[in-house]
Amino acid sequence: SEDTQQQITRETFHLVSKRDENVCNFLEGGLLIGGSDNKLIYRHYATLYFVFCVDSSESELGILDLIQVFVETLDKCFENVCELDLIFHVDKTNMNDIVTQIDAQNKLEQSENVNLPEIPRNIDTGDISIKVPNLLSFKEKI
Amino acid sequence: MSDIVEKTLTALPGLFLQNQSVGGPTAAKASFSSRLGGLVRGITALTSKHEEEKLIQQELNNLKATVSAPTTTLKMMKECMVRLIYCEMLGYDASFGYIHAIKLAQQGNLLEKRVGYLAVSLFLHESHELLLLLVNTVVKDLQSTNLVEVCMALTVVSQIFPREMIPAVLPLIEDKLQHSKEIIRRKAVLALYKFYLIAPNQVQHIHVKFRKALCDRDVGVMAASLHIYFRMIKENSSAYKDLTGSFVTILKQVVGGKLPVDFNYHSVPAPWLQIQLLRILGLLGKDDQRTSELMYDVLDESLRRAELNHNVTYAILFECVHTVYSIYPKSELLEKAAKCIGKFVLSPKINLKYLGLKALTYVIQQDPTLALQHQMTIIECLDHPDPIIKRETLELLYRITNAQNITVIVQKMLEYLQQSKEEYIIVNLVGKIAELAEKYLLVAFGNVLVLNTVDTYAPDNAWFIQTMNAVFSVGGDVMHPDIPNNFLRLLAEGFDDETENHQLRLYAVQSYLTLLDVENVFYPQRFLQVMSWVLGEYSYLLNKETPEEVITKLYKLLMNDSISSETKAWIIAAVTKLTPQAHSSNIVERLIQEFTTSLDTSLRQLAFELKHLHENVKLMKSLLPIDKSCEDMVVDASLSFLDGFVAEELTQGAAPYKPHHQRQEEKLSQEKVLNFEPYGLSFSSSGFTGRQSPAGISLGSDISGNSTETGLKETNGLKLEGIKKLWGKEGYLPKKESKTGDETEAPPVPQESIIMENGDQTVTKKDQSQVLTQSKEEKEKQLLASSLFVGLGSESTINLLGKADTVSHKFRRKSKIKETKSEETTTDQNIICSSFSSSSNVTYEEDYCLDNLQDRGDKELKKFSLSSELLDSESLTELPLVEKISNCRLSTPSLFADNNMEVFHPPQATAASVANEISLASSLLEETSEHIHSDLMEVCNNETISMSSYKIWKDDCLLVVWSVFNKSGLELKSANLEIAPAENFKITEQPECCLPVIEAESTKNFQYSVQMEKPFAEGNLSGFITYQVMDTHSVQLEFSVNLSLLDFIRPLKISTEDFGKLWLSFANDVKQNVKMSESQAALSSTLKALQQELRLHVVDIIGNEGLLACQLLPSFPCLLHFRVHGDILALWFRSSCSTLPDYLLYQCQKVMEGS
Repeated sequence: SEDTQQQITRETFHLVSKRDENVCNFLEGGLLIGGSDNKLIYRHYATLYFVFCVDSSESELGILDLIQVFVETLDKCFENVCELDLIFHVDKTNMNDIVTQIDAQNKLEQSENVNLPEIPRNIDTGDISIKVPNLLSFKEKI
Repeated sequence: MSDIVEKTLTALPGLFLQNQSVGGPTAAKASFSSRLGGLVRGITALTSKHEEEKLIQQELNNLKATVSAPTTTLKMMKECMVRLIYCEMLGYDASFGYIHAIKLAQQGNLLEKRVGYLAVSLFLHESHELLLLLVNTVVKDLQSTNLVEVCMALTVVSQIFPREMIPAVLPLIEDKLQHSKEIIRRKAVLALYKFYLIAPNQVQHIHVKFRKALCDRDVGVMAASLHIYFRMIKENSSAYKDLTGSFVTILKQVVGGKLPVDFNYHSVPAPWLQIQLLRILGLLGKDDQRTSELMYDVLDESLRRAELNHNVTYAILFECVHTVYSIYPKSELLEKAAKCIGKFVLSPKINLKYLGLKALTYVIQQDPTLALQHQMTIIECLDHPDPIIKRETLELLYRITNAQNITVIVQKMLEYLQQSKEEYIIVNLVGKIAELAEKYLLVAFGNVLVLNTVDTYAPDNAWFIQTMNAVFSVGGDVMHPDIPNNFLRLLAEGFDDETENHQLRLYAVQSYLTLLDVENVFYPQRFLQVMSWVLGEYSYLLNKETPEEVITKLYKLLMNDSISSETKAWIIAAVTKLTPQAHSSNIVERLIQEFTTSLDTSLRQLAFELKHLHENVKLMKSLLPIDKSCEDMVVDASLSFLDGFVAEELTQGAAPYKPHHQRQEEKLSQEKVLNFEPYGLSFSSSGFTGRQSPAGISLGSDISGNSTETGLKETNGLKLEGIKKLWGKEGYLPKKESKTGDETEAPPVPQESIIMENGDQTVTKKDQSQVLTQSKEEKEKQLLASSLFVGLGSESTINLLGKADTVSHKFRRKSKIKETKSEETTTDQNIICSSFSSSSNVTYEEDYCLDNLQDRGDKELKKFSLSSELLDSESLTELPLVEKISNCRLSTPSLFADNNMEVFHPPQATAASVANEISLASSLLEETSEHIHSDLMEVCNNETISMSSYKIWKDDCLLVVWSVFNKSGLELKSANLEIAPAENFKITEQPECCLPVIEAESTKNFQYSVQMEKPFAEGNLSGFITYQVMDTHSVQLEFSVNLSLLDFIRPLKISTEDFGKLWLSFANDVKQNVKMSESQAALSSTLKALQQELRLHVVDIIGNEGLLACQLLPSFPCLLHFRVHGDILALWFRSSCSTLPDYLLYQCQKVMEGS
C-alpha cells in the first residue's frame, strides 16, 4: 500500500545513505523488503543513489552492471544526465520503460531504443528509488 | 502496411526527443509542461514538510477539478496524469485520477495512450478492481494493426494484469508468437512469462510454443524464453533434461562470440545471457552425471574465457563457479573453480570479497579445505568495518561449526549480536545460535559419554546455559517462539544420562536465581517465562535455598509493574508448583489475596485454583508431583460420572447431544432445500436428514464410551494455564532416536585421541616458530584461526585416499537424509585431525596417520560405498508412454492376459537390454499379473547389476517393485535396498525384502508399498542399493523413481444415487469451461478416454451430462460432473480434499488435448 511503499523508500534511503564509500554495494534484506531472499543492490552517482531490490534469482554483479547500463542510457538520452533531468521529465524518462527495456533485451546495451514508446518488460521484483536529499523522492515499482 | 508501420516506428523517437528537449510546439503544451516544472520548483523552494503538504493538497484539488471537467482535452489530461503521478510518488493520495488514467489509455492517441498506460501501471496494483476496466482496451490494442499499440498492450499485460482475465487475452498473445516482428514476439514471450508466474496452470498447454521461442532466429526472443525455462526448470528439472544440449549449444555460441556485436557489453558477449544460461545448466546438472557430462566442456571454456578484468566478467565467473559446484562434480573443474573462489576472496574489491565469502559458504560443505586456505582472510573479514561482510563471514562460520570450534564461533556471533540493532538480524542470528548450542550440547553429551576427552573448547552445561541466557536476553521477545519451547523441552526430556540431566537443570536454576538477584535489570518477557517455568519445575534440586526463598523471589518479580500479565500467569503457575514443597505459606497466601481480586480474569482464575488447591494439600501434592513434567496423567475426560445426570435429562425429554460437526452438517443440508444445482432434486432434503438422524441420536454413556480413549491421553498439566502444551511427546522422539543412533555411529577409537594430541602439538609448534617473525596482532589472529578452524583438516586427509574423497562428496550431496550421519562422521574425522592445513602439516600428519587412514579409508568405503549412479533420463521421459500402454490394458483386460509377456519389450530397447529384460520379465512377481502395472523401466545400472522398477497399481495402494538383475558371473552378498523416507509418502517394506545373496545372473525383487500421506502433484522416491562382490568392498548404487498423483488415483465405484449424496457433502469445488475439438464431440468418447487415462469410474451418462468418480488413496473421493453445451464442455469437480480438484482438472485438460 501507499504507506508501506513510502516506508520502504524511507528505510532504504536511511540504509543506503549511511554506508561508506569503501563498503560493498549489497545490503541484505530486512523484514520490510521481504526477508532474506531479497537484497538491495545500489550504486552511488554524485547525489543520486540507484537502488535495485532483487531476489536470489539475480546475479549480484550482474545487477551492478545493469545499473551502470541504465545510467549510461539515461546519459545518452539527456546528454550529461543530472538529477534535475530525472525530476523534470518523469514522464519521458519513465524508469519503467528504460529499465525493462534494457532488462528484456536481455540487458544489452542498445540504448538507441530507449525512446521507442514500447515498453518491454521482464518481471523482476524490484524497486528503483532515486533519492534527492532532503526533499524529493520518487519510487517506482517495476 | 507494415512498411508504414515501420516508418512510424522509426520516426517516433525523433518526435519524442523533440518534445523533450525543445518543449511542445503549441503554447498549451508549453504552459502545461511548465506546470510540472513549476510544481517541482515550488516544492523544492519550500522549507517544511507542512508547506509541502499544503502545496500538494492545493495541486491535487486543482487537478481534481480539471480531470473531471468535461472540457478537458485528452492532451491536457495527459499533462494532468504526469502531475498526478508525481504527487502519488510523493506519497499523497491521487486515487480520484485512477479512472481517468484508464480512460486516457483507452481513448488517447499514441502518445496519450502511452502516458495513460504508464499511469495505470504505476497507480494500480495487481488485484485492484479498476484493472478489469483495462482489459477491454488491452484486447482492442492487441488486435490493432498499429505495431506500437500492440507493443504497448503487450507491455502493460506483462506489467500488470488481473489473473482471472488471462483467458480473454491468451489466444491473442499466443498468435503474436508467430508475428513477423521480433520485438512483438519477444514481448509476447514476456507476457506469457508473466502469466506463467501468476497462473502457471493457464499456460500449461503452450509449452511447445515456448520451445519454438527458444529456437527463434532472433536472439532477443530466445533470451526472453530463457526466463520461462529458468522458472520451469527450477520447479521440475527432470522434465527438461532433453534441452540440456540446446542450452549448451547456445552458451557455446555466446561464449564463442557468435552473437552480433550489439550484444557486447564492455567487449564481453551478452554477459547477462551467459549468467542466465549458466544458472539453468546448474539446475539441470544437479545430481545428474549424464547431463552434467554434457556441460563440462562449455563450463571449462567459460572459465577460461572469463579472464578480462571487468566487473561483469566476475559476475560470469561467479555464476560458473556456482554451476560447477552444483552439478555432478568433476575434479578438474572443481580445481579451477576453487582457484576462482580464491581470486574472489583475496580481491581488494569489497564486492568481490563479499561474493567470495558467499561462494565459500555454499562450497564449504563439500570442500572444507577451501576455508582453511583462506582462513586468514576470513579472520580479517570478521573484523571488517562493513557489517554486511561481517554477517556473511558469520554465516560461513556457522556452516563450518563443529564440536571443537563452537564456543569460539558462538562467542563471535554473540559479539555481533550485541552490536546490531536491526530486528531481522537479531531474529536470524539468535535462531542460529540457539540451534548450534542445542545441537552441540547433544554432541557434547555423546562425547562425554563415549570419548571422555579433555577438550577445553568443547561445550559443557554451563556454557550451554550461559549461551542460552545471552540468546534470551538479547533475542528477547522478537525471537522465534520455537527457541524457548525447544530449550524447555530439552531440559524437561533430558538425556539418557541422569547425572548430566541433574547438573544441567541445577545449573539452570542456579543461574536464574543469580540473574533475578541483580537489581534494576529488565529481562525480556520470554526470558522471564522460561525462568519461571524452570524454577517451578526444578527448584527441588537446590540444596541451600528453600522453596520459600524461591517463592519469595518469584513473588517479588510478580509485583513488578513492567511484567506482562502473560508472564504473570507463568509465574503464578510456578508458585503453584512450588507451594506443596514449601513449609510455610505466608507469601502464597498473600499472593492469593492479592490476585483473587485481580482485574485480569485469567490471573484471577489461576489465583482461585491455587487457593482451592492450597486448602487441600494432599490433593495438591498428588496433582503436582515433582519432576513429572514429561509424564502423562490419567484423567477421566469422558466425564462418565455425569452419565446419570444425562440419562435423567433424556428421560425428561431433553434433546440428545449432537457433536458440533453433525449440527453443522444438518444446518448445511437444510440450507440446501432451495438448491437448483444439479442433483439437488435427486433426493429430498427430508430424506437426507432422515438418513442422518438415527445415527445422530447418542446417549450420554455412548459419548463417554467413545471418548474414553482420547481422555486417557490428556494430562493434568493442561490445568496449569497451558504450560504443558509445549510438550508433545511426538516430534521430539525421532530426534532422540537419531541422537542415540549417532552415539553408536561414532566409533571412539582410542588411537584417534592420540592423533589429535599430536595435531595439537603441531599447531603449537607452528605457532611458536612463527612468533618471532610475526607481530603480536598477527599472532592473535593466528590463534583465533586455529581455534576457529580446528577440526576442519579432515578433508585434506581424506584427499590422501583419493577415491573416498569424491565418494563422500557425492554422498553428502545426494542423500540429505543421511546428512546427520555424515555430519557425525565428519566430526569424528575432525577429532582426529585438529590442525590447520599448511602443506607441511599435512605431510607431517601423513606419516602419523597413514596407517590409521588405511583403516579409516576402508571404513569410509564401507559406509559410503562407491556409487556410480546413472539416472536414466530417457526412461524418465518414457514415463507417460509407459502409462499409456498400461492404460490401454485397462480398457482391454481380456487381451491383457494374452499379451502379458510381450508388453515388456519396448520397441526402442537395444538388443542387449532386451535380452536383459526378458530374464527380468520372467521373474516378475506373480502378483503382477493380477493387477494393472507399468512397464519395466531401468533406473540405474553398472557393470555388475542392472536395476529396473515398475509400479503395480493395486486397489488399496501403490506397489513399487525394484528388480535387481545380477549381470556378472559372481555372487553378490549382503545386498540391501534402502529407500529414503520422502515427506509425502509412507513407505512400507514388503516382507522378505532383504536378500543376503544374489546369485550370478539371477534377478531379485524388492517390493515396497507406497501410501500417500499428503496430496501433492509430483514426487520423487529415491534410495540406494548396496551390495558386496566376493567379500571385497561394498558398492552403493543410487536410483530414483518419479511418482505422480495419478499413481494414487483409483476408480470409485458408486451408484448415481450415492453420487448425488456425496456431491452435496463436499466443500471444495472447481469449475472450468473447456472448448472441445471436433473429434471429441461425443461426450461418451471423452469420458471413455478419461476413464482409460486417469483411471476414473464413469458413474452414469444422462443426456448431455456425465458423472465420474474417483478416489485418491487412501481415502479422498473426488466427483466430476461434465456437461456439454455445443462445443463447450463444462467441467465441475467436487472433493473433500482441497488440492485434488485442481490437479484433476489439469490432468483432464491434458487428456482432452492429447486425444
